[in-house]
Amino acid sequence: MKPYSRHSAKNNKVSDSARTVLLCGMRDGIPIGLGYLAVAFSLGIAARNAGLTAFQGFFASLFTNASAGEYAVFSLIAANASYLEVALISLITNARYMLMSCALSQRLSPDTTPVQRLMTGFCITDEIFGISIARPGFLNPCYPIGALLVASPCWALGTALGIIAGNLLPARIVSALSVALFGMFLAVIVPPARKNKVVAGLVVLSFLASYICSVLPLFSSWSDGTRTIVLTAVLSAGAAILFPVNQEEGEIRNDPS
Amino acid sequence: MTHHNFIYIGIMILITYAIRVLPLTLIRRQIKNRFLQSFLYYVPYVTLAVMTFPAIMEATQSPIAGAAALIAGVVLAWSGVGLFPVAMSCCGVVFVLELFL
Repeated sequence: MKPYSRHSAKNNKVSDSARTVLLCGMRDGIPIGLGYLAVAFSLGIAARNAGLTAFQGFFASLFTNASAGEYAVFSLIAANASYLEVALISLITNARYMLMSCALSQRLSPDTTPVQRLMTGFCITDEIFGISIARPGFLNPCYPIGALLVASPCWALGTALGIIAGNLLPARIVSALSVALFGMFLAVIVPPARKNKVVAGLVVLSFLASYICSVLPLFSSWSDGTRTIVLTAVLSAGAAILFPVNQEEGEIRNDPS
Repeated sequence: MTHHNFIYIGIMILITYAIRVLPLTLIRRQIKNRFLQSFLYYVPYVTLAVMTFPAIMEATQSPIAGAAALIAGVVLAWSGVGLFPVAMSCCGVVFVLELFL
């Protein structure tokens, strides 16, 4: 990557052809894609439990590109939940992408076309957001698009393979692979918890509340989806009232993983 | 009531895409409301934490292996190990422990 100063940022589009930036994005998408392939395998195991075919899993992952969101929806499908619950859980589990989208909107050049904005939005995953926001100056939409072109098929392929091979692999290996997603979730929430005591306390409280709701007779009849929706709304609102964030903190964490 | 997988998937795709693209296309300025901003800031941490525990202990054959993976994941992520190494290490912990449990 060429080192641009902030001042030359406006010249990005002139000096970098769309093709160069696209290729650069594709190159940076390779390590992301390899990781996706492995983690999506464990997502595929969840999809198989929900009764999805390999094609349905491939299709869902190719167009959704969301780990927690897809996992939560697959759990709901397995429980024969209502369409409304699926819509609600999609909204909740993917709410962080709204923040990332807001952050990226501040980094697009004013002459970015509506079509480019529509395509950039499609590319927002935790990892692609991370590498995109780390680019200096205005963001050329070709960069996240290039990264997605490599990473998304890996994600979809991994999901399909999980659905197919989840049947063939020994139970012990399936058991081990099924925690990959949870490991990824931990890697997303723990580093900010280390930097911010409120987030750390909130994570511990969420663990406790989730556990209590899963064992207490009154709450244990709730589905996993309902539990996630209710606890997220209540705990996040409580934290927002007690510990409102500053303008700077409110911006999404911008360090790539 | 019977539900169809493709309708489930269609709803998920539409909602997820709408969330990603609406701020980029409609909201050209920052969210100013402090409560809303704080709420959105905390949401991902609570959601992911609630989804991880106790589910990680139910995903494995032995709950102890799941608990060990949780601890390993927290410790590694705390010490700055990246996303995918953490995920793979959790798998490794479960695999090794379940050889004995």
